[in-house]
Amino acid sequence: MSLLAENGPQNGPDNAAGTDAGGAASADGLRLAGLTKRYPNGFTAVQGLDLEVPRGSFIALLGPSGCGKTTTLRMVAGLERPTAGTITLAGSDITHAKPHQRPVNTVFQNYALFPHLDIFENVAFGLRRRKVKDVEAQVRDMLDLVELDTQARKRPAQLSGGQQQRVALARALINQPEVLLLDEPLGALDLKLRRSMQLEIKRIQMEVGLTFMHVTHDQEEAMTMADTVAVMNAGVIEQMGAPSELYENPRSTFVANFLGQSNLIEGTVLSRAADVVTVDMHGVQVSVPTARVHTDGDRGWVGIRPEKVLIGGEGEALDAPGNTIPGGVVTDVSFVGVSTLYQVRMPWGQELAVFSQNTGRTRMFRTGERVELSWRPEYAFLLDIHQSAAAGVEQGDDD
Amino acid sequence: MPAARWVREHLVLLLGLAVLAYTFVPIAVVVLMSFNDPAARNVYSFDGFTLHNWADICEDPSMCKALGLSFRIGLLSTLVATTLGTLAAFALVRHDFIGRSSANLLIFLPMAAPEIVMGSSLLTLFVASGASGHLGFWTIFIAHVMFCLSFVVVTVRSRLAGMDDTLEQAAADLYATPSQTFWRVTFPLVFPGILGAALLSFSLSFDDFIVTNLNSGNSTTFPMYVWGAYRVGVPMQVNVIGTIMFVVSIAIVVIGELNSRRRSRALA
Repeated sequence: MSLLAENGPQNGPDNAAGTDAGGAASADGLRLAGLTKRYPNGFTAVQGLDLEVPRGSFIALLGPSGCGKTTTLRMVAGLERPTAGTITLAGSDITHAKPHQRPVNTVFQNYALFPHLDIFENVAFGLRRRKVKDVEAQVRDMLDLVELDTQARKRPAQLSGGQQQRVALARALINQPEVLLLDEPLGALDLKLRRSMQLEIKRIQMEVGLTFMHVTHDQEEAMTMADTVAVMNAGVIEQMGAPSELYENPRSTFVANFLGQSNLIEGTVLSRAADVVTVDMHGVQVSVPTARVHTDGDRGWVGIRPEKVLIGGEGEALDAPGNTIPGGVVTDVSFVGVSTLYQVRMPWGQELAVFSQNTGRTRMFRTGERVELSWRPEYAFLLDIHQSAAAGVEQGDDD
Repeated sequence: MPAARWVREHLVLLLGLAVLAYTFVPIAVVVLMSFNDPAARNVYSFDGFTLHNWADICEDPSMCKALGLSFRIGLLSTLVATTLGTLAAFALVRHDFIGRSSANLLIFLPMAAPEIVMGSSLLTLFVASGASGHLGFWTIFIAHVMFCLSFVVVTVRSRLAGMDDTLEQAAADLYATPSQTFWRVTFPLVFPGILGAALLSFSLSFDDFIVTNLNSGNSTTFPMYVWGAYRVGVPMQVNVIGTIMFVVSIAIVVIGELNSRRRSRALA
């Protein structure tokens, strides 16, 4: 992407850092320290948030509505004033800088395109304010990048939702900000368009190499697009990491339920060895790797993802070295094509979800059939019993 | 019964035409009368066609003097009322201050109060403050600004309230300083409302008789002239002025409409 490599951004005093790939991460990327936002009515939207975003990375803030993710984004943009804490970008403190003084651009949820300007002038707006030369060529290149070169002289109202979204992206990207903020930019698009825009934005981010900070409540979107996902709940980051790491090894029931789906089964810790913890789960002993144990208590929630659970008929050999849990009864079967979702009622009354890939190797089970469940111990995790097993359930759905 | 069916099917159209005729007949009479060659001064009938009224508009110099006064007062009070009212509307929509909701309510009062009450209380105020010998241009101007102001505030306020405020955030986000944000984004978007308010102000001011009559002293505005002339016979030139005003306002509307159509066609 040559057009963005040339003509460096007019941002920050140490612009040289942009071309110099080295340098300390703390002086280069975005750093939030103890960031807090309390509203006059006493509501705390963000509580002492610490976050380090290295230059060139793609981070997603994921959480249900009201978790403080948008407030965090708006504080980075300068549209909200933090109550406490600091924001450092590319080595300079921008905590109290005005929005127009920050090398940050935002793609707004409703796009916020200027209705009285055509597409070309919308995209050129930031360049013109900064008195950049060569506006014409840069805007043309940017419109090419988002495939809107033929629409330059139309008004925003004449474009489709997907096209408006791309204009909003182009209008922000053209300024080569230190951080590009995306505030649920795909929320208004239909599912199919949203999926293709996710890949499109990811492609553009890799091409231009800018730092992207994406706010969303759609966990699939966060996992598809971002290198790092920060799961937020009630104003704090619950857990942060690569999507697969978060998904495989959640540290709280909120993350376990909000990111994907989890079966959480109450258990009593029997013994703690160096590398494995043994838990009694309603009479069945299961083991959990120590690296995936996130509680010191003598009781805990044994967590297992539905697709990691194997299902078989009574006495049938299951391809798992863990203990078999007998006595399940299938209460519901939903066939989804590539997989089948079973609800299995266990002897202690709890219903567990089981996702079975329709590979053809195992047969389908019918409602009322008696089954046995098992899983590989390395896939289980153990969470704090004091956390609600229902935390984060159903909050990640699109609204 | 084909005729009855035709009428039934076109009932809405016929009613629409009837309503249009109802509103346009008086205007048509004004246009017609501007070409009238009356037999006597106080006879209101079409006696013959002439271009004399158009050729010699200022046959009665006092009419043109009154017209000039009305224009000067109209333009000046429009300018002042639009400026003040726009600023007030911004304050009412964009800033939170103590007494905002009362201000929002009180701004309706001049619109709701009967004109005769406003006019006479203004006169009392002017006389009480020792301006009784100086009634004229400036007292009319003050009165007009006062009653135009509420209309401007209400018009601009509704336009401003309907504006998406993330647009201003977006402008600030794209490096626009507060003043650039105002002139590049806010003002162009609110401008149609301000223009509408200005046109409304001018016609309210130009048209006003009751408040003006009470506070004008020895000055005569155009409506006062027409009112006075009515007793001895209105000169046909009044119809010429009416026709011109009508044509100009229609032209403004048509040009505006054509402009927006041309723009959307060029872009389609």
